[in-house]
Amino acid sequence: MSEAQTTSTPTITPSALAAEFRTFIDAQYVIEDSETQKPYECDGLAMFCEMPMLVVLPERIEDVQKVLKICHKYAVPVVARGAGTGLCAGAMPNSAGVVLSLAKFNNIIEIDSLARTAKLEPGVRNLAISEAAADYGLYYGPDPSSQIACTIGGNVAENSGGVHCLKYGLTVHNILSVTMLSVEGELFTLGSEGLDSPGFDLMALFTGSEGLLGVVTEITVKLLPQPEKAQVIMAGFDCVANAGDAVGAIIAAGIIPAGLEMMDKHAIIAAEAFVNAGYPVNAKALLLCELDGTADEVDQYIAAVQEIFNQYKASSMRVSQSEDERALLWKGRKSAFPAVGRISPDYYCMDGTIPRSQLANVLTKMEEEADKLDLRVANVFHAGDGNLHPLILFDAGKEHDFEKAEKLGAWILEYCVQVGGCITGEHGVGVEKIRQMPIQFSDAEIAQFHRVKEAFDPKATLNPGKGIPLLKNCQEYRALRQIESPANGESTR
Amino acid sequence: MSDISHHLVEAVKNAYESSMPLKIVAGNTKHFLGRATDTSQELSVKQHSGVTSYQPVELVLTARAGTTISEIESVLAEHNQMLSFEPPSFSGEATLGGTLAANLSGPTRPWAGSVRDMVLGVQLINGMGELLNYGGQVMKNVAGYDLSRTQAGAMGGLGVMTQISLKVLPKPEMQATLALAISEAQAITLMNKLAGTAKPIVSACWHLGELYIRLAGAAKSVSQSTKQWTSEYGFTELEDSTPFWHSLTQYQYQSLLTDKPLWRFSIKSTAASLALSDSTLIDWAGAQRWVSGDFDPAQLQALATAAKGSVALWRGGDRSGEVNFPLPIAMQQLQQRLKRSMDPKNILNPGRLYSWL
Repeated sequence: MSEAQTTSTPTITPSALAAEFRTFIDAQYVIEDSETQKPYECDGLAMFCEMPMLVVLPERIEDVQKVLKICHKYAVPVVARGAGTGLCAGAMPNSAGVVLSLAKFNNIIEIDSLARTAKLEPGVRNLAISEAAADYGLYYGPDPSSQIACTIGGNVAENSGGVHCLKYGLTVHNILSVTMLSVEGELFTLGSEGLDSPGFDLMALFTGSEGLLGVVTEITVKLLPQPEKAQVIMAGFDCVANAGDAVGAIIAAGIIPAGLEMMDKHAIIAAEAFVNAGYPVNAKALLLCELDGTADEVDQYIAAVQEIFNQYKASSMRVSQSEDERALLWKGRKSAFPAVGRISPDYYCMDGTIPRSQLANVLTKMEEEADKLDLRVANVFHAGDGNLHPLILFDAGKEHDFEKAEKLGAWILEYCVQVGGCITGEHGVGVEKIRQMPIQFSDAEIAQFHRVKEAFDPKATLNPGKGIPLLKNCQEYRALRQIESPANGESTR
Repeated sequence: MSDISHHLVEAVKNAYESSMPLKIVAGNTKHFLGRATDTSQELSVKQHSGVTSYQPVELVLTARAGTTISEIESVLAEHNQMLSFEPPSFSGEATLGGTLAANLSGPTRPWAGSVRDMVLGVQLINGMGELLNYGGQVMKNVAGYDLSRTQAGAMGGLGVMTQISLKVLPKPEMQATLALAISEAQAITLMNKLAGTAKPIVSACWHLGELYIRLAGAAKSVSQSTKQWTSEYGFTELEDSTPFWHSLTQYQYQSLLTDKPLWRFSIKSTAASLALSDSTLIDWAGAQRWVSGDFDPAQLQALATAAKGSVALWRGGDRSGEVNFPLPIAMQQLQQRLKRSMDPKNILNPGRLYSWL
């Protein structure tokens, strides 16, 4: 079994490298001083910080290519970065490396309304795509909660989801083609404007590879027709199990909602205090179910879902009667993370997935474990697709509180895998969950990941230290947490 | 229904140790696809079959790779669910593993996605005989590289698939098919225009001067859309369209059964007529086009490039040369490095996709 590659040591000084970059990049966009570098020290997961050697913001793709070639020549690590909204420290800098910001590439190159595609530079914001496509009655499907700020390049790197991915799929389902630069600075086009492409499906492999295999320079996405009508039903429940069963009943009735979200009592209270959406603050669980399509279809399914919610003893129900009301009901959900930030000095967001049938069980066990550590957990849940976001509330100012939160987090991920789920549904591994990878993968599986990485990045200089753990760390982690390695290929996942 | 994964692992280990290439087969229904190779040692996955888990409420089914598509579809039908990508069952013999290896999807592809899009997880044996699990049985999983969807279309070159988990979907409540006599150029524009509406369109196909549109979904929505498009564009509703869509899905449609070399274009949906033949069959709202005849591959490749896609010699013709679309040298090298990373001795279906792979 091959051990992970070790990242090569840079063979150039920071000032010499900066001088070389300044021969083709505007001097102000080659950032050496620590004060200007400061905003780049972390991504959306601020508890993991590192100062980089250099930050560069090239303005032309040819210059990105040059940056990569130079870094490759001197074996300098490169961390590509979009808006830095990621939640797994995937864009955390490397202290001996360059942060390659793609923020300057924010042009929508072309929208083809008849073919329903958009060609984009990597720094285009997710929401900006739908805003531009709206003129043609089209929109871009995946809608992460950070969509106001997050960029399409980052979405490709993380295979981002969102509240609408049960019906409309993840990033990997909504892109046609990606142009990427390899670590050597070689330009590759993956996919095409047709639906199938020749050779191995490198686009499937590249999507969600967290900046470890290449740097995205252009993306062609599919656009979807805006539905004629969309309506959301909000329902409160006095019992979490009933809410969970209601979700199953909707699917069993043959209905695939556009979005199906659940929040627990802590999340409901926090979100309501934050946005005043009229959430039922006494409920134990809240469901938001969006139906979209033609007007007749929405009417038919809204009635069916209302009946199901009544059957499962919803304590309150509200159907949006306008676009404003629909937006307001979603606003509480989409603001759940900052809302929780207001009721606790700090929170730690997890991203495990579970089979939906395990929901009540997982929530109950999680509360028990949290009680043991004297912590609270607020839960928001992409109920339709089994993606759980437990927000562990803690106070970093209190001694040992973060260690306790980390311990609970590790337990949650282990339990997700134990019931048939996985450690991350959409946020990615990055630095944050790298220690938990051996819960889900055997050493042989991880060694295979390293060999794939080597095929793309032989010197291991692209986003080193992220995503895939070293095998020796896997063994240490399992020993520390007293867990078994998944048997090769025989886990229940 | 049996589990022969240990036998399969042993067979690959032996092949690895003796550097003996393997030809991976199951139902052997797609023997005509890809290149003809001289690998004689067969590894059959056929006996490794059976649905191992199916949770209708989770919309997830897991089956061993040798399970036939027909068996899976009948298990799903009991719960009024389906494989949304409409794979061919080839007289009941096609298997799930072969379907994913060849990435074969039916007319619903542009809307319902492909088999690749529905894959949630794959268990496979790499070229060293290691049994590995990637992805999972849940809708979302971004831990590690996605080596499960990467199997789609790899024709077995990146592993011997042993088990696959898929997202499944409810069957639509109602279906309808509309037909309209229209020229090829007008059809390409209209099918793309209709695909840009929020109506429940699931197929758009044109052949011999006739455009066929299939609607499927909530009953109210299908009937309203049928009424609207009939009056708006002059479509007529076909009474019994099941045989038509079935023959397309099963690759049994008349123009796909030709004795001549059959070429498949995968191109931008709005690309203009290829002007190669009067009997071109257009599917996938313009994104897939079938042409038969003795053409110069270079001529077709130039047309495909101009149409922002690719072309392959799907069936017939000379299968000892290249049958798939040529790739640039740097891309060839990258694909070779990926294959070596999973199959260091190049023993898994070598040469099936390309002579150099």
